[in-house]
Amino acid sequence: MKDFRVTPIRNGTVIDHIECGMALKVLRIIGVDGEKIHSTVSVLMHVPSKKAGWKDVVKVEDRELDPSEVDKIALISPRATINIIRDFNVAEKYKVRLPDVVRGIVRCGNPNCITNLSEPVEPEFVVECKDPPILRCIYCDRILENISDHII
Amino acid sequence: MATSKRSYRHFDNSEMRNMSTFRNSDIVSIRDLSKESIEQIMDLAERMIPYARGEKKTRVLEGRILANLFFEPSTRTRLSFESAMVRLGGEVLDVSYPLMTSVAKGETLADTIRMVESYADVIVLRHPHEGAARLAAHFSTKPVINGGDGAGQHPTQTILDLFTIRREKGKIEGMNVVMVGDLKYGRTAHSLAEALALFGAHLWLVAPQNLQMPKETIKEVERLGQKPKLASKLEEVIAEADVLYVTRIQRERFPDPSEYLKVAGSYRIDKSILREAKKDLIIMHPLPRVDEIAPEVDNTPHARYFQQAFNGVPVRMAILLLLLGVDVNEGF
Repeated sequence: MKDFRVTPIRNGTVIDHIECGMALKVLRIIGVDGEKIHSTVSVLMHVPSKKAGWKDVVKVEDRELDPSEVDKIALISPRATINIIRDFNVAEKYKVRLPDVVRGIVRCGNPNCITNLSEPVEPEFVVECKDPPILRCIYCDRILENISDHII
Repeated sequence: MATSKRSYRHFDNSEMRNMSTFRNSDIVSIRDLSKESIEQIMDLAERMIPYARGEKKTRVLEGRILANLFFEPSTRTRLSFESAMVRLGGEVLDVSYPLMTSVAKGETLADTIRMVESYADVIVLRHPHEGAARLAAHFSTKPVINGGDGAGQHPTQTILDLFTIRREKGKIEGMNVVMVGDLKYGRTAHSLAEALALFGAHLWLVAPQNLQMPKETIKEVERLGQKPKLASKLEEVIAEADVLYVTRIQRERFPDPSEYLKVAGSYRIDKSILREAKKDLIIMHPLPRVDEIAPEVDNTPHARYFQQAFNGVPVRMAILLLLLGVDVNEGF
């Protein structure tokens, strides 16, 4: 008999193939901070993966992600997959995919960049490479290092 | 109603690279310009030299206004733009040191730009923050020229540097250009290195290890097909140089003053170091020098830094003409 570490969910989202060690950052992106969420969240860290050796998995019940959250996940885990579960079945399954330009989801790491001042603009980056993600600020031209630390 | 500006998606420079006209566009980064566009500016600048010297007169920009919006002190950039505009018959609004004005009251740069653009036909912006010119271009319907933003870009300086090399050496391709000094923080060094690579020059980068050219810039130079050589001593490379591009090492970059004195002295250009140099070596310096070039060098055939400063005028005349849509095939 198969041994389930986490039981299947009726409705919600399974974020699979998260890069090993990134699950807690995914939780922060989807706003799971222990107070706002009113449904079950399951986190599996460092589980075997046929594709990558090891992976993390996050399951959130009664919740579907918005596109900005999916883009943020793509920034820190470009090979993650999103499974939308409805009535215990996988209703939709897709890979996260970074757009060519990301706006308003990460802040420029250059403290002297004009976007870090009180100007009425969203930070905007051209995606120079999608896996691993390399972002260049369209304002100051700097490559963003430590992307996960700069997610808004 | 404001004229709509040619809009370039600032994350995709391909449109700018392919265009043959500059009318109503912005000059924010040297990366926005193709080699052909830079050559077009330099060719026109060549024709502007007699006008820049005042030997020929024109009023072709009469009725046009340039706003010099300088949030940082600058002599060469500000005065050369002013001279260029006045030589072409236009007028200049000098908005230097806006800390004394609305900005001091907390106005955003975006609002300042939207205010200034209603008073002028073209804006030159110098600002201490990187990306400021791109932001200004985003909000302005009038052409914006980056006059230097933080440690970022200073594209018109790069063009006038290239122009100086081309005029003095007859070509840029194949020239051995030694860049020496603070290559880490000097914005002119970064964009010039990339532009020189685009034009096929060979680069030697001479700097103390902690002030060497940023890896990103070196990577970009390599992407453009050049393999820069790194050195820490000028003596090792001076004999190879066709162009010696000197930048100032700033004392404040060094936590230990004695460390500064060690390296600053080692890059001082004087007659003794020039004994090993080629006879036709030219020496350039984009900034006010302090003590990195000895005054005795001024009277040698190598010195070109004052010529370089003058070249800012014809280059900026060419840029103003192109951005303001003047038919440059007529009247000159």
